[in-house]
Amino acid sequence: MTSYIVIFLFVVGIIIGRQLKDKEKTRKKVDKSVTYAVYLLLFLLGISVGINDDIIQNFSRIGYKALLLTFGAVAGSVLLAKLVYVFFFKRYQDK
Amino acid sequence: MKGSLIILSFFGIGLLGGYFDLFPNWLLNDDLTTYALYVLMLLVGISIGSDKGAFSVLRKMNFKVVLVPLTVIFGSLAGTAVVALFLNDITIQQAMAVGSGFGYYSLSSIFISKISGQELGVIALLSNIFREIFTLLAVPLLVRFFGKLAGIASGGATSMDTTLPVIVKFTGKDYGIIAIFSGIILTVLVPVLVTLILEF
Repeated sequence: MTSYIVIFLFVVGIIIGRQLKDKEKTRKKVDKSVTYAVYLLLFLLGISVGINDDIIQNFSRIGYKALLLTFGAVAGSVLLAKLVYVFFFKRYQDK
Repeated sequence: MKGSLIILSFFGIGLLGGYFDLFPNWLLNDDLTTYALYVLMLLVGISIGSDKGAFSVLRKMNFKVVLVPLTVIFGSLAGTAVVALFLNDITIQQAMAVGSGFGYYSLSSIFISKISGQELGVIALLSNIFREIFTLLAVPLLVRFFGKLAGIASGGATSMDTTLPVIVKFTGKDYGIIAIFSGIILTVLVPVLVTLILEF
């Protein structure tokens, strides 16, 4: 449920944002607030991880999984990008 | 790079404080995180919606360019799904949710920990930070071996901001526009895809 509310707010934000295109000052403030909100949320995530013994004790295992997933995501993207480049982009450029 | 260090240190301070029990209990209230997330998403939406560049870039693009973010989406999801086959304690669904962060570690980790618990959230945080750092370091090599879209593909959602300078430097200004376009599309899709994958 939470995630649907979040996506709804996100869309509402984009619509509001479209009206604020020329308000340079407001835009800067919004961007600053985004940064602070991210800091706050990661700080809170840090706390909830810190009090969770399961995660603390398995931290190296978690890091290892994260690294493998990065490898998978990057390798998949880059290999597919090579195909897309060769078939759709390179040809047009050589002409 | 500097941005990810600051963010990691906020996470680290929270982690240490939580571990040594330094914070008052109300900070651990789950509702606080939820409301902060609501505020964040509204602000992120406003920030993207009010970005003049974002929408004019979208208008100038032709069909072919849409293939670039699609490449990142399918590549990341397929790659993480394959990795999940080799790990016995993570499901394909969870792995793909981490992959659909596309390097946007702040939002994806917050989101994923909210839906699937802190452990997967931490995996998403680390994995997507690694993606950004790896891209910053490896773009020249990636471009040489995998063609001019490789830097953009590796950067994912970060190709519109943090990794854009290296991408432009090693693939050219014309690809810079594609990088921004792809980054914007992926940034917008991160919360949507994470939710779809985990709640389906």
